Parts: sequence; structure tokens; C-alpha cells
Amino acid sequence: MGQTMAEKLLARAAGKKKVTPGELINARIDMALGNDITAPVAIKEFGRIGVEKVFDRERIALIPDHFTPNKDIAAAEQVKLMRDFARRQGIAHYYEIGRMGVEHALLPELGLVLPGEVIIGADSHTCTYGALGAFATGVGSTDLAAAMATGELWFKVPPTIRIVFEGKLPPLVGGKDLILYTIGRLGVDGARYAALEFDGPVIAALGMDGRFTMSNMAIEAGAKAGLIPPDRVTEEYLKDRARRPYVVIKGDADAPVLAEHRWDASALEPQVAAPFSPANVHPVSKLAGISLDQVVIGSCTNGRIDDLREAAAVLKGRRVHPRVRLLVIPATQAVYRQALREGLLEIFIDAEASVSTPTCGPCLGGHMGILAEGEVALATTNRNFVGRMGHPGSKVYLAGPAVAAASAVTGTIAHPAELGEAK
Amino acid sequence: MRALSGNIWKFGDDVDTDAIIPARYLNTSDAAELARHCMEDADPSFSTKLSPGDIIVAGKNFGCGSSREHAPLAIKAAGIACVIAESFARIFYRNSINIGLPILESPEASRRLAEGDRVEVNLEKGEIRDLASGETFTAVPFPPFMQELIAAGGLINYVRQKKQELHK
Ligand code: SF4
Repeated sequence: MGQTMAEKLLARAAGKKKVTPGELINARIDMALGNDITAPVAIKEFGRIGVEKVFDRERIALIPDHFTPNKDIAAAEQVKLMRDFARRQGIAHYYEIGRMGVEHALLPELGLVLPGEVIIGADSHTCTYGALGAFATGVGSTDLAAAMATGELWFKVPPTIRIVFEGKLPPLVGGKDLILYTIGRLGVDGARYAALEFDGPVIAALGMDGRFTMSNMAIEAGAKAGLIPPDRVTEEYLKDRARRPYVVIKGDADAPVLAEHRWDASALEPQVAAPFSPANVHPVSKLAGISLDQVVIGSCTNGRIDDLREAAAVLKGRRVHPRVRLLVIPATQAVYRQALREGLLEIFIDAEASVSTPTCGPCLGGHMGILAEGEVALATTNRNFVGRMGHPGSKVYLAGPAVAAASAVTGTIAHPAELGEAK
Repeated sequence: MRALSGNIWKFGDDVDTDAIIPARYLNTSDAAELARHCMEDADPSFSTKLSPGDIIVAGKNFGCGSSREHAPLAIKAAGIACVIAESFARIFYRNSINIGLPILESPEASRRLAEGDRVEVNLEKGEIRDLASGETFTAVPFPPFMQELIAAGGLINYVRQKKQELHK
């Protein structure tokens, strides 16, 4: 009997031939990540362990992205604590604003997370790197502290749920729509404790940025990981990026799984998740016409260059509705620069959007675009819980960049195909 | 391990970490400050109504959403002695064990207990007893490795012990 991709990845890191779902193992960590919210807690805990040095200064990334540029004194103190620790320990991957990006966009871009590896991050969207064929999962700050000290961490081997997307993706439909559809079908705990594995012709035809979007939101179905078997697209992405040699690990076709779903994506409409759950998913036509106050394009889910290209294609020659505030936040400095070179930023600014330096900002209701009571936003981010983007009496809808751009233009939730000719 | 007893505060399914501790308070990791805002977006007066030793009983997927350890920390610092749920989101589950917040998975208790009920919890046996009706519910037991973690007082103490053993 074969093994799934998740089992093989964990077995390798645990130095075992085979592991089975439910088994508790100790695995070697290839990269450990923290941010300005979770790392300060981890650093304090690290101090209690009684070791002098981190296990490997090249294999720790500390990224100040949530409340940066520092939004207030308390946030500045948190970042300073992390910066001082990074300097003291000689952490190789600490990136200051201006070089920084939202962690889950930045680490892949820098070639720091690779196929075959086991990666932990004190951030739930660490599962993003599953798109590269790594077992990547979110943990807490105490876990990060232990991993920084020892280079190891305990895991319970998860069972796998396979999702096979058949057919061919229609135009204006992308990774965000596939993953929203998946979460809508599975529910917010449909993959709890399990590894999701995405496969099939639709995934094979999807670019790396769309794949990151899918793996990123695996956690929204409760999953421990969101894996995509590496292929030519992955290799192409890593060609001039990978900082270390890596191995490609795929699952066996006959590996037992918890469930397998085969869904045809050929007739999929763009999807939108309504408040207050990422599983409250509907085709955009069902929600069309809902009035908006703010639209946000960015985040670790949809702030990459392909996302900005999609949004710019819709916004070109158009204007944001006078009642709406459109915030565009490139996820990393490199994405920002690329968008500048391609003229995308000019399209956004001409459309009367605000464009800012990379930050998590409004995604978690941190800063740079907080909602007032009663306000409604549509965002390309990943969570729409009560109060996620500001006042507990505000609302957030989730969608992909094309729907977000179209909705910013009409001032209401809109299908991008229904905008008519641009001027 | 001691037996706990307290009054129950009841919550539904899918209580997310933004409801437990909203991100707007995450510019600090001060436990007392976090405790003041515990469950604020689900019930604004929650932190003022509590008595130390009270117990949260919730539905399925408690603690879903972000990895913020501030969520179990806020609950613990607010004086909640234990969380009982039908099921927990996995990062929350991990974090609670790692920081030493007692949690129990018991679908039965989650269904049958109501707000205001007074229960006694035996963590070692995983037993939850409704003090009014005398009804007893059992929780899913922890695997031995996790019991070891809990007995050590959380992950940090566990790692510390391991390090010291290595250097002996
Ligand atoms: S962009 Fe949003 S979801 Fe992503 S890491 Fe930042 S706060 Fe978390």
C-alpha cells in the first residue's frame, strides 16, 4: 500500500521509512517563521528554555508585516523586540520595511521554502507553501520557540483529503474561486486535522500565484496543510530562486485517503464568501448588487503580481465608484516594483485607488483601512469573521482580484464580465 | 492533578480566534491586557461577568482561524479554568496544550450542558460531572505523549527537561 504526499514528507523529516495517520512523530524543521505578532511571544518563551543560540540562523525567518509600518507605539515596541533578537542571534532572514513583504508572499519569492521540506510558521497561513510541495503548517508561538531552540517539532500525522479539479477553468475564474468553492463545499471544519491535496488538469494549468492562493486558504477549511504535487510550473518558478537543493516528493496513486472529491470546474462562476464565514460561499451572480464602502486588493492570499495584473486588466480605463475606497496593497516590494514597471500602479492610481507599501494592514483589521460600524467591504483576503477588518458591526465579503476590481468600479458586488467597454 | 469546578459559559460552533481576541488588541502580548478583551466581539461584557474558575463550553471547531497564541492566553488569563468543546481547531488545540490551558473534547457534554450549569471536571480521568443532575460525561483521552507534555507543564518546560537530560 502506498503513502500520501503528506505522509512521505513527514516520514522523511522524521527519519522514518513510513508513517501512518494518527501517529505522533518528531520532525526536523527546514524553516521556521514568525511575525511581529507571534514572534515577540516566541522570543520570550525562547528565553525560558535556557539555550543561548537558535538552532540555525539561516533557517529562521522573522518578518515584521502585520502592524508595519509601525502603527503605534505598542506595535513599534513589538517590532523592536523582534529586531533586537534578530540582530543578537544573527538571524539571516529578518527583512525591514522597504525590503519586506507579507510573509507568505515573501518567503516563496526569496526561494526560502522548497519542495520536500517541512516548514512551520507561527501564522496560520503558513500552509501557503504547500503549493510548492512542502509540508508547511501553522503553529503557535510556543511551538516556534521550541523549533528555534531545537530545530525539531512534534506532529500528529494527518490523513489526506484529495480534491481533483477536472475540466478547464473559464476566463476570469482563478485560484481564489477554486479554493472558495472548496471551502464552501467542505465547510470551515471539513478538513480539520487533515491534509488537503489538490490535483487534476485544472491545477496543472494553474500558474504558481493561483496555486499559492489555493494552498493559502486550506486552513479556512480547518486543514493542517494544502499540498500541490510539484510539476513543471513549480520547477520553472524555482529555477533562479531556490536557495538550497531540494527534492520533489509526490504521493503514491494507491495511497489510502480519508476522502476524494472530483469536481468539474468548467462551468465555475467567480465565487464570493459572504459574512461571517469563509465557507458561506456563493456564485457572484447570487450576491450581485450588494452595496460596498471599501474594496481591498492585496494580502498573502491575493497580493501577488498575477493578482495585480488581473485587477489592472479590469480597472484599465475605468474609475472607482465615487462612494467606494479602493486600497491596493502589493504583497512584497518585488511585486510592487514589478507592478510599477508594467504600468499597473499607474492604472490603479488613474482609477483613483490608493496604493500602499506592502503590509498586512487592513486584512486583520490592524491599520491602513479599518471599517466603521455598519460599513461593508469586499476584499481579496481570506477571513470575514465578525470584526475581522474593524468594527464588530462591519461586514467583509471575500473574492478574487477580478471581482474585487469590478465591484470597486460599480460600487456593488459585480461580475467582471458585466462591466461593458472601458473608456 | 486537581479537580476543577465552576460555572459554565456557553458558546456555539466555529468560535474563531478573532472572536476570542480581536486583532486590534494584538499589538501587545500582555496577558492581563488580553484578558480584558477576551471574547469581546462575541459578548462585549464577558470579561466583567466572569468568576475565576469558570468554564467555557462550546460547539464544534472552537478556536478556528489564526494561529495567535494570544487566544488561549487571553482565556487562561481571564481566569477560565478549562474549555470543553465538541471539537477544537487544530492550532488552538496545539497552543492550549503547549501553554497549559486545560481543554477537553466531549461532544456529549457540549450538547447537554447549558449556560449557568455548575460542573466538576477531573482532568486526569477526563470526566465532567454536572453537579445539579449528577450526570457524568467522559472526554476523549489525550495520547500518552500529550499527557507527558501536560505533566511537564507545557512544551517549554518539556523541551527544557529534554535539554537538561541531554547535558547530564
Ligand atoms: S495578509 Fe492577512 S492573512 Fe496574510 S499573514 Fe497578513 S494578516 Fe495574516
